[in-house]
Amino acid sequence: MDQRLAELRDTAPAVPDRIPISLVVNGVEKRMEVAAWTTLLDLLRNTLDLPGTKKGCDHGQCGACTVLVDGRRINSCLTLAVMKDGCEVTTIEGLATGDVLHPMQQAFVDHDAYQCGYCTPGQICSAVGLISEGQARTREEIRDLMSGNICRCGAYPNIIAAIEGVLGGTAPAQAKEDPA
Amino acid sequence: MIAKPAIPDVLREPGPGIGKPLSRVDGPLKVTGQARYAAEFNVPGLVHGYIVSSTITKGRITRIDTAAALRRPGVLHVFTHENRPHVAWFDRKWKDEDAPSGSPFRPLYDDRIVHAMQPVALVVAETFEAAREGARLVQVEYEAEPHETDLAARRHEAFTPGKEKGGFEPPPKPRGDPDRALAEAAVKVDVEYVQPTEHHNPMEMHGSTVVYNDDGTLTVHDKTQGAPNSHSWVCSVFGLSKSAVRVISPFVGGAFGSGLRPQHQLFMAVMAALQLKRSVRVELSRPQMFTFGHRPPTIQRVALGAAPDGTLQAMIHEAVQESSQFENYVEIVVNWSGQQYRCDNVRLDYKLARLDVFTPLDMRAPGAATGVPAIEMAMDELAHALRMDPVELRLRNYTDRDPNQDKPFSSKELRACFAQGAERFGWSRRNPQPRSMREGRQLIGWGVASGVWDAMQGQADARATLGIDGHLVVASATADIGTGTYTVMSQIAAGTLGLPIGNVTFKLGDSALPMAPIEGGSWTVSSVGSAVLAACERVRGRLYKLAAKMEGAPLGKAKPADMVLTDGHVALAADPARRVPIAEVMRSGGVLAIEEEARSVPYYVKRAQHTLATHSAVFAEVRVDEDLGTVQVSRIVSAVAAGRIINPKTAGSQVMGGVVMGIGMALEEETFMDHGLGRYMNHDLAEYHVPVNADIGSIDVIFVDEHDEVVNPLGAKGVGEIGIVGVPAAIANAVFHATGVRVRELPITLDKVLAGLSRRSAA
Repeated sequence: MDQRLAELRDTAPAVPDRIPISLVVNGVEKRMEVAAWTTLLDLLRNTLDLPGTKKGCDHGQCGACTVLVDGRRINSCLTLAVMKDGCEVTTIEGLATGDVLHPMQQAFVDHDAYQCGYCTPGQICSAVGLISEGQARTREEIRDLMSGNICRCGAYPNIIAAIEGVLGGTAPAQAKEDPA
Repeated sequence: MIAKPAIPDVLREPGPGIGKPLSRVDGPLKVTGQARYAAEFNVPGLVHGYIVSSTITKGRITRIDTAAALRRPGVLHVFTHENRPHVAWFDRKWKDEDAPSGSPFRPLYDDRIVHAMQPVALVVAETFEAAREGARLVQVEYEAEPHETDLAARRHEAFTPGKEKGGFEPPPKPRGDPDRALAEAAVKVDVEYVQPTEHHNPMEMHGSTVVYNDDGTLTVHDKTQGAPNSHSWVCSVFGLSKSAVRVISPFVGGAFGSGLRPQHQLFMAVMAALQLKRSVRVELSRPQMFTFGHRPPTIQRVALGAAPDGTLQAMIHEAVQESSQFENYVEIVVNWSGQQYRCDNVRLDYKLARLDVFTPLDMRAPGAATGVPAIEMAMDELAHALRMDPVELRLRNYTDRDPNQDKPFSSKELRACFAQGAERFGWSRRNPQPRSMREGRQLIGWGVASGVWDAMQGQADARATLGIDGHLVVASATADIGTGTYTVMSQIAAGTLGLPIGNVTFKLGDSALPMAPIEGGSWTVSSVGSAVLAACERVRGRLYKLAAKMEGAPLGKAKPADMVLTDGHVALAADPARRVPIAEVMRSGGVLAIEEEARSVPYYVKRAQHTLATHSAVFAEVRVDEDLGTVQVSRIVSAVAAGRIINPKTAGSQVMGGVVMGIGMALEEETFMDHGLGRYMNHDLAEYHVPVNADIGSIDVIFVDEHDEVVNPLGAKGVGEIGIVGVPAAIANAVFHATGVRVRELPITLDKVLAGLSRRSAA
């Protein structure tokens, strides 16, 4: 059976080696030819040298690879680059303006909303996305909506504080107080 | 009572940078994606390796067919045990700083398979995708042998290990007659606790990028908790000179112990780079992150006997733990019990059972996070049996001397932890009766436990270079795995030399820098911080000497002892308005830079006369859904005594992170073994549950004032481990208080809670 599978693999129909695509990455148009099996994540990290977008599982289970595609949060590891032909991609490298940090980036620094920093780009992209999608209203909602981004260092309460800090004027209703 | 030693200078007057809640100095790099981790160095001509994992648990490889993989376009080479280059033969050549006794695992060494998913081949290709596809095309045939992976099946064949590993202390000799005392005790508890395998699962998967330089030397970007450890291991295994390899690791995406030993991706990448004379990256997949070490599963018996007033009369704590067939991994599991409580009749026993698994590996608070929950859950059971408040029971048996060693503690503010934690939590309002608090179908419970960890220190070196431009560069080969090393070392340096924090750069994670031990065990502030302090004090001493000799004597006849450094100036201690800028002092002395290197050495004599430890009191509130059995931790208060806190912001985060991991340990984390296959079943982040944001409620961290003159010149004990230690038991005890159900097998999942609830309602 193994041998038969190997033969089948060898005789499988050939796919075009390279497919031309165009992406606007952090405001800059990139035209390139990519292999069909290359994920958006690997394209960003390996080809475009934008490793700020992280690989934590490559299975859509951890959220470290979160980027904004046309303004919405996606797991770039679950997305083939060819599927995003013509899209606008914003990564962590594209959030700051010159030396001025995006308010969410600054809030993460101020609230110590990270430790090792590896999940941080995904957390920040998720946070920026959920605010722009208008979804964050209460602390409970933020907790739920940020639960696709694992932080093994356990910075969760500080991540919530950072997001609430950015929401600022439109501060979310406080979670129900504890009973004690 | 042993007289306390004289107070070191720095403790009289801690520097201005020490104790401030500064934001991380490496923060901007992390939030902008500019911080580069091991697998993120893209160099010209880089090729990619992908590891093939064995499909059996034990046996031998009978045939490897790499032809199909090699035909795949882009694949350059497939390494197996049959064609690998020569590597070291002696076991000692494979030892690293964290190796226990035994024969370290050697990737691709021969045809033997000793654990599931063992690396059996490395496919190297021009692209990551081609390497991954090539790995799927490698065909391996095996001859399987029977394996055993079940600790329960081997617990009665366990053996008593010796001092198998640095830092390990076998249990002390028994005291008194614990069995008789237990039999005669008025109130007793005699129960068994089971803890599962856990995996570290840092967010960054282990990876190494090996840059093959034009001159044949290697620059290795490795995910490690010690660049010098990876460096010496690579040189030893491959027979390379020290100057032929440099290991760099400026950022590490979490580790929690997983980077204490060089892992096999490092071997693979170096091997391929040397053979192919190309730069090579090898990154593990998430399932492969479950193949090189774990917190070992443990079965523990705790028996406690007490007088009606709560005085402990007997304590028996026995643990059996897993190790591999090839190394004797050990950790301190049971000793803590005899150290935490005063009791005249004590037996502590620790055994290992050999199983067909990879060698376990230190994971956050190794041993303490396993053993302390057992004694702390048993103390709660005893308190319940005595109808006594669990805090009161702990204070009744409190000890200011370590009964195991019969030595005083260098400092121990655990009483203050209990007092301040209880106050913040509102513990005095607790109704001792289980099931006494509810909101609708939610049962609410409050639990408490204490925690303890060692305050260790190793030798470390640091170099400080002060330029005439007022910028200070301090360097040591240590690591920052998210712990805040960059920040706290900068603070210690800035504080010692009276410089603004912005004038200090701290360099780490480079085997070419002054030596530092692996970052682990909460000892980095103690070890490296003391070296940074010493190097900066030497620089300060040279500045004072130059200032004393300055032309025109702007500081009069002041001697170095009369001077202070403040705000970039050398000033008179008695009259700080009389001062000279540092740059002027250096110019007048004719120096452009002052460079000093120093080695910190523990106070061996003072330390030997004391037991040194961090302590905590943890209070937990849980909400248990009576219908679904789900447990939510709504509040944790952790009061920690860890000596001087260099940076309450980063230290607070570290303890908070420990609490989060402790919540995972209590409620979620378990690597399930299929004993039929001998393989872990849930080796990914969808099935291996770690806490997510929605799992975490309020976490309140208190640092209790604690003064310590023995631990090191900084008086700082380190906080990397203490955050997790008391948490699992506090939660387990709160679940009992909420439900009346004792779950003695972690994690406390809903099936166990529901089974307990239904047993309870049937009774």
